[in-house]
Amino acid sequence: MNSLEEILSWCEKTAFDLEFTHAKQWKSKDEKRVIVGYLPIYVPREIIHAANGIAVGIMGTGDRKQIIKGDAYYQSYICHLPRGIIEMALDNNLNGFDGFLFPAICDCVRNLSGMFKLSKKGKFQRYFDYAQNFDPFIGGTFYKHEMEKVIDDIYNVNGVKASVDGLNKAIKLYNINRRLIEEIYDIRQKYPWRLSAVETYHILRAGICITVEEHNEMLQKILNVIRNERGEAMDNIRVVVSGSFCEQPPVGLIKSIEMAGCYIVDDDFMLGSRWIQGDIEEDTNDPLEAITKAYLNQSTFASCYYDVGNPKGKRLVELVKRREADGVIFSAASFCDPALLDRPEMQKECDAAGVPHINFQYHENTGQFKVIKEQAGTFSDSIKLWA
Amino acid sequence: MANPKDAVKEKSMIIQKEMLAKQFNDLSKAKETGKKVCYTFVPGNLIELILSFDMLPVYPEINALQSGMRKKSGGYIKDAEKMGHSEDVCTYVKCDIGMMLNGNIGPTGEKLPEPDLLLLSYTGCFTFLKWFENLNRLYPNAEIAMLHTPYQEDGKITKEQIDYMVKQLKEEVLPKFEKVSGKKFDSARLSKLLSNSVQSEDYWVKVLQLAKIKPSPIDAYFAGVYYMGPINTAFRGSDECLEYYKELYHEIKDRAEKKLLPVTPEGEMQKERFRLVVEGPPNWTNFREFWKIFYDMGAVIVASTYTKVGGVYDLGYRQNPEEPLESLATYCMGCYTNLNLPQRVDLIEKYVKEYQADGFLINSIKSCNSFSAGQLMIMREIEQRTGVPVGFIESDLVDPRYFSYANIKNRLESYFQMLEQRKIILSQESVTV
Ligand code: SF4
Ligand code: SF4
Repeated sequence: MNSLEEILSWCEKTAFDLEFTHAKQWKSKDEKRVIVGYLPIYVPREIIHAANGIAVGIMGTGDRKQIIKGDAYYQSYICHLPRGIIEMALDNNLNGFDGFLFPAICDCVRNLSGMFKLSKKGKFQRYFDYAQNFDPFIGGTFYKHEMEKVIDDIYNVNGVKASVDGLNKAIKLYNINRRLIEEIYDIRQKYPWRLSAVETYHILRAGICITVEEHNEMLQKILNVIRNERGEAMDNIRVVVSGSFCEQPPVGLIKSIEMAGCYIVDDDFMLGSRWIQGDIEEDTNDPLEAITKAYLNQSTFASCYYDVGNPKGKRLVELVKRREADGVIFSAASFCDPALLDRPEMQKECDAAGVPHINFQYHENTGQFKVIKEQAGTFSDSIKLWA
Repeated sequence: MANPKDAVKEKSMIIQKEMLAKQFNDLSKAKETGKKVCYTFVPGNLIELILSFDMLPVYPEINALQSGMRKKSGGYIKDAEKMGHSEDVCTYVKCDIGMMLNGNIGPTGEKLPEPDLLLLSYTGCFTFLKWFENLNRLYPNAEIAMLHTPYQEDGKITKEQIDYMVKQLKEEVLPKFEKVSGKKFDSARLSKLLSNSVQSEDYWVKVLQLAKIKPSPIDAYFAGVYYMGPINTAFRGSDECLEYYKELYHEIKDRAEKKLLPVTPEGEMQKERFRLVVEGPPNWTNFREFWKIFYDMGAVIVASTYTKVGGVYDLGYRQNPEEPLESLATYCMGCYTNLNLPQRVDLIEKYVKEYQADGFLINSIKSCNSFSAGQLMIMREIEQRTGVPVGFIESDLVDPRYFSYANIKNRLESYFQMLEQRKIILSQESVTV
């Protein structure tokens, strides 16, 4: 698999393989290997890697699976993501996973952790709390302890304890991973036609279903191609998409935005892979401390992160400026309280900074994009007209 | 049903009314008296700490529910939606924002004072975090203190979690209180308030447990929300609160001895046909109509989870005046919505069995993911573990658009029929045996 086309088609297949075949094959090669599934948005994957595990992102079923049983577990006014995940669990897609992590992102994900506990899926099911106090001695200590619990969970399964060396090695690998991903975004900022938003999405989503080593190798190959000219520039506007950090938008929606004349130069689709901004300190005697510091000081802005003192709206506007974007598309899953409760304030900041914006809502299995395409098209036209 | 005119106001009701009147009076005069005002949330509230600094609490959720009962919430919610808030999100937040946009007029018709301190006790609900980020922007001059309550994800409270909370209290919360109030933290005073709380908590549990008697002398949901008011909000720790629960307990014990049934807005119930356990908050916009459907059918709620949002005292937890900060931390972590799903199921199962309920009913609230996400699984578990018929209805807290009287009534009538049939079958079986 060397050509970009081959890589892209493999990524597309792997990103939406709801059986997680690749990760299961990886695990089958060594009995001490474990698969730890995690929900959006972020978990420090380094600690799983260091304990001989693969962290696999469970981002929902998208439009690739018909939901029948899942609907019997959720009321109509709850977002789509958890019902797809329950459906996968009941259909045995997640068999072979040793444990599950449910990050502290909202009450739906929180309560889903209890549903997994009640139905005894996996050998452990852990709600992974994010410290909301950012003092290293208070929130830092708490966060470190949260990580230690996961390390113990994995140890109880495979007898492998994450060592200092193992953690440092993992930190290096994930630092490389984040750098490579950021380089893709930097190239796309200047030359968005070289890799489409959908292609980028497939690459990042496949990356959370394979080992970091494999992903890094793949990203290198992709970068080798897109550092050079590819594709053809169009007269499109440039937008940042915000609000899609958990339940993922259907690929058709991302495609529709681009086809309507908007280059997506930044987004929060696969935010977990880009959560830590910059490198985590390498080769320290206390790598858990290094990961903690990065969480406290280098986290990106997100709806599940208490933002008084560093409001998200302002950080979004900074991102728009840094990416030289023309506007923002607020695109949130229906019934997603965290994203939707943040939206008015973020819109206000955009207004204050003169950043145009539109918004719409979706379900991960939305199949009709006509209205969204029209809205995005009008948005693009109006920006071009006024520019 | 006895004639409502016959219903005399019980002494406890008068005490509560006076407590509330004084509270709102104090709030309306806060500017003149120089009393500082603290906005905070009900679950995991630190009322003893607030009182120890002589500050006055305001609970945005209580404002919202009162707006619901006064039929104002519909308009407030629409105003918040006009401002850009989505139709999909928690209506408590939107109602509160709408109320502020309309001058922040409280239930007595007077403007509520602005906060000097925003105390975000982030307990059991993610929306609180967002709500306070919004409040912080609306009141940029208020101090803001965040107290992150870890979730009981393992079904227990650990030493590390308590340490985390105590450190936050010491480093983040107390300094903000001292700054705003101009007073030093007085640990002895806090302990004194906490020991009062313990006594109120004891009486509150005794009140709740009187519903184990057949027939139950109280409705632990519809009347329960009134009974829980003082302990869950502004008064826990105060002498009046203790007096209230002492009085309430004796009144209800007296009713139980006389075999009297719960009092409703239309007088006393005459027959207990069904005993139910209810999960989920009630609807506030049509509270009376909603309650009436139950008492008209002779259904009494003998235990409810909603009355435990401010603390699950019947599981044994009491404040500990010896270790006041640790006690507050443990209190916050023990509130109902901070329990994990297996703990919630265990609690409900215990209620169904101990209170000899005939059925289990969920009122699923559109607004509230904290309660609602996972409720259908809770329902299945309870059905399997207890064998009682389970029922499910949907409404909202304060958005009148999501209360469909006809729909709810139909569903409840079918549910009560099911309960009736089961009773007949059970009684036939017992005759056969
Ligand atoms: S889409 Fe939103 S509401 Fe749904 S699980 Fe994710 S964060 Fe929670
Ligand atoms: S989501 Fe539920 S617990 Fe949270 S603020 Fe809304 S009603 Fe209250």
